Amino acid sequence: MITAEPRHLEARYDVVVCGAGPAGMAAAVGARERGAGRVLLVDREREAGGILWQCIHHGFGLHHFGEELTGPEYAQRCLQQVIDQSIDVLTDSYVYDIGAERRLKLMSGSQGIRVIDAGAVVLAMGARERTRGAIRIPGERPSGVLTAGLAQKFVNMMGLLPGRRVVILGSGDIGLIMARRLTLEGVEVLGVFEIMPYANGLNRNIVQCLHDYDIPLHLSTTIVDIRGRDRVTGVAVAPVGEGFRPDLGRAWDIACDTVLLSIGLIPENELSRRIDLRLDPVTTGPVVSSTMETSANGVFACGNVVHIHDLVDFVSQEALLAGRAAGDYVTGHRPPADNIRLLPGDNVAYCVPHTLSTDREHVVYMRVRRPMEQCVVRFGDVLERRLRYVFPAEMVNITMKPRFLENFHGDALRVDVLPR
Amino acid sequence: MSDEHISHYLCIGCPLGCRLEVEDDAAGDAVAVRGFGCRRGEAYGRQEHTDPRRVVATSVRISGARWGRVPVKTSGPVPKALVRDVARAAGAVALAAPVRMGTVVLANVLGTGVDIVTTRDMEQAERRSTPIGVAGLDA
Amino acid sequence: MLYDVAIVGGGVIGCAIARALSRFRLLVILIEKECEVGFGTSKSNSGIIHAGHHAPSGTLKGELEWAGNQMWDALDAELDFGFARNGELMLAMTAEEVPTLEHYYRQGVARGVRGLEIWDGARVRREEPAVSADVVGGLYAPTAGVVNPYEVCFSLAESARRNGVEMLVDSPVAGIGRDGDGAFSLQTRQRQVQARFVVNAAGVFADAVARMAGAGDFCIRARKGEEYLLDKRLKGLVRRTLFPCPTPQSKGILVIPTYDGTLMVGPTAAFVEDKEARTTSAAGSDEIFAAVRRFVPGIGERDCIAEFAGLRAVADGEDFLIGRSAQRGFINCAGIQSPGLTAAPAIAERVVALLREEGLAMTPNPAFESRIDKHVRFAALPLEEQARLAAEDARYSRIGCRCEQVSEREIIDAIHAGARTLDGIKFRTRAGMGRCQGGFCSWRSMQLLSAELGIPMTAITKRGGCSWIVCERDAGEAA
Repeated sequence: MITAEPRHLEARYDVVVCGAGPAGMAAAVGARERGAGRVLLVDREREAGGILWQCIHHGFGLHHFGEELTGPEYAQRCLQQVIDQSIDVLTDSYVYDIGAERRLKLMSGSQGIRVIDAGAVVLAMGARERTRGAIRIPGERPSGVLTAGLAQKFVNMMGLLPGRRVVILGSGDIGLIMARRLTLEGVEVLGVFEIMPYANGLNRNIVQCLHDYDIPLHLSTTIVDIRGRDRVTGVAVAPVGEGFRPDLGRAWDIACDTVLLSIGLIPENELSRRIDLRLDPVTTGPVVSSTMETSANGVFACGNVVHIHDLVDFVSQEALLAGRAAGDYVTGHRPPADNIRLLPGDNVAYCVPHTLSTDREHVVYMRVRRPMEQCVVRFGDVLERRLRYVFPAEMVNITMKPRFLENFHGDALRVDVLPR
Repeated sequence: MSDEHISHYLCIGCPLGCRLEVEDDAAGDAVAVRGFGCRRGEAYGRQEHTDPRRVVATSVRISGARWGRVPVKTSGPVPKALVRDVARAAGAVALAAPVRMGTVVLANVLGTGVDIVTTRDMEQAERRSTPIGVAGLDA
Repeated sequence: MLYDVAIVGGGVIGCAIARALSRFRLLVILIEKECEVGFGTSKSNSGIIHAGHHAPSGTLKGELEWAGNQMWDALDAELDFGFARNGELMLAMTAEEVPTLEHYYRQGVARGVRGLEIWDGARVRREEPAVSADVVGGLYAPTAGVVNPYEVCFSLAESARRNGVEMLVDSPVAGIGRDGDGAFSLQTRQRQVQARFVVNAAGVFADAVARMAGAGDFCIRARKGEEYLLDKRLKGLVRRTLFPCPTPQSKGILVIPTYDGTLMVGPTAAFVEDKEARTTSAAGSDEIFAAVRRFVPGIGERDCIAEFAGLRAVADGEDFLIGRSAQRGFINCAGIQSPGLTAAPAIAERVVALLREEGLAMTPNPAFESRIDKHVRFAALPLEEQARLAAEDARYSRIGCRCEQVSEREIIDAIHAGARTLDGIKFRTRAGMGRCQGGFCSWRSMQLLSAELGIPMTAITKRGGCSWIVCERDAGEAA
């Protein structure tokens, strides 16, 4: 049920979706809904489902399926939809280039090197994790320094532990989830260290992963040294002050054998860069229109590859939209071009999509730069929504309707989040 | 109204994380819940104060599959105090592929009335994967 | 077995000497303390083949830099490790620095270095648009090049091995004695080795090795250099290796377009006491990025993907220490700091000559094979060639490392070529060197190692010793 391997791979597909995680699966379903005849889902793993298989905890599906599911259950639901829609799934295969006229080059463990022409392409490759080099933690380079997601793969798929005494850097959700997971596997989790003065992950995870297990959360603290020649033997941590500079005079040592890094996700933009898509410098994902089309004609993108989501439900929503747009594209239904640019203003890091059209309803996803309570999000003069609480770790969705824009004649809308 | 009768909780019913206040009376019974954004939140506040429960997600050993572990969860919440014991009980289970999602691997775990069930299908590992459910292609 | 020569140290110098000796009918053994050749200082080397005009005249460094530089084309033609003469620019940031450019220009010309030119600021910026407007001039040297130093080590070692040199890795030398009949007896972790002649190419530990044999009481100090690797998105930002005018202590902090195009910045230069500590630091990082921004403003910390440090072996007097010793048959080849990599082929020839002078009879090996099997770099092949290989073996078309586009088959080949660790795979194939730093591929490489070597995942290490990666839950452990 999980893997499906076409023995006969076509030379041309109406829509090819790169990545069969939650984004890719929903996009493929969306494309079929809109009448795309031949749809191909490609994934580099041996089974479709993406990162969800290792996300064995709850928190998925409340919005999209109306019930609370674990990651694997969500993946199975999506995969069943894919199978019901007669979508071809090619696993163990990797799209490494997209040439002119959407000619894709694939490396496939079963099909060799293949060239496939696509009427439309949907990029859904997800995200990768920030690594040690991104923040240049000083010290030695022993084994035992790894990202929380990789540790999650070892534990949940292979039953292998990353170590026995663990320090976690970053209070992002993946790190919090792993704090709990490792504790349940008998590993000593010595603490979670977060350089910001507030936690980065969802409150739910602070409670259920840290408070429940008495795992300390040290805010405004970071790792300033990693020790150990072959394997980690310990770290030094220190509080940070102005400009996030560590106060080394107040550093203290922690003996441990593992450092998990949960310091953020980046869109998997290897392919996006290779084909020279226009990228948003804040998200480092592609700039997309309201139909999730990138700067390359007929190339759409959705999910974490565009911007990092916190809820897979919104990934699926966004991906359905992209997939439907790809289906429309190949069946000749092209909606009117977008005519309004969204400009991130005060306390707005970015908005996706980057442009809107006055003739349709849109869901605009965005993130704030700083936490704020009792605030309001404003789209120019056309829309205002009150929010009780916003913080960077939780994406904000605002629905923009055509009637809000009836009397708006500009070509750009500034988006601000301001105190009331 | 003194503070010792007010406990604070973060609602975990959904990722919004409403801040709850639960006030109890001298007998320790919850008399008021404030701060919830939906009915589920109100119920959660009461529950968390009087009888905190958790759904446990973990993985159990499986042989004959591509991966060495298959993910499982408790079919409902168990008392928070039993979470580690539930995880340990799951650690003693060993399955063999193939398994279907929703298979009970440990019924009524520790007498809680809750089962531990698998959360995915897992096939037997093969040299080549078979084409399943793919229309219009050579079998 | 009595070897003719035991080489202590499998860095680029030891490997070059091993290969040079393999041209003769000799029993040679190369002894290396780490799990792979090159895993000491060499793999942290900047990879620059210096133009020939840097090292001071009247020194061994000066003599061997230009001689070595000229040997790299032939070496790459035989071993195909990848070498590009991309050129270098020494930059003057102020008018006062221009005489320094002229000094090095004259030094180079006197030595016979070809192609040196002094450019004004405008010409520098025309050729390298990313260079700062503050730069007033530059000394252009087309003879400079770049290599991947670990690929050089692997290639030299493979060629030596092919021609009969025995490789002994994971074997630090603990003691060196002398038997009654004058042969050296080396105690290593793995076994004892007897050899008529010994070459000491032990890098930062060459002083300790010499003292073991009573073959010298010189001192080798370690001068640490940190390097920072930048995201491939900056590939093509500069074409040539760029650096400011040198100081007596160090060539300064450079911007290096490595052979694969990834930009590297560094190194720092500071003596350290601990010869095992290859630590990076906040101060080092700050120093490097501040220095580099002065002449290439487009570079910032945001693009850093990895960092590492290496230890230069520095002898008293700062020159190479190559020569015979108080112990007949024991040749020291120590203090090989910059331009050591550049000079390596010439150093190897010098050591061979010294051994001959010491009485080692050398008859040429008629079966000497100068080439090695070209290892496949799948990502660099044209589509038709990729398709052909993939049709033969599907593992060529199964992705191993996504960031560097390394196929599964290349990783398996690396294991068959001797890689037993994650770093062994990384430095042979580049798998794990890209932006995700092994986040995607390291567990795959581990599974391949486990399958090919028949060992559990828990037995796989990053680079030998205690560098295990994963462990198992102890039986009966409480949650």
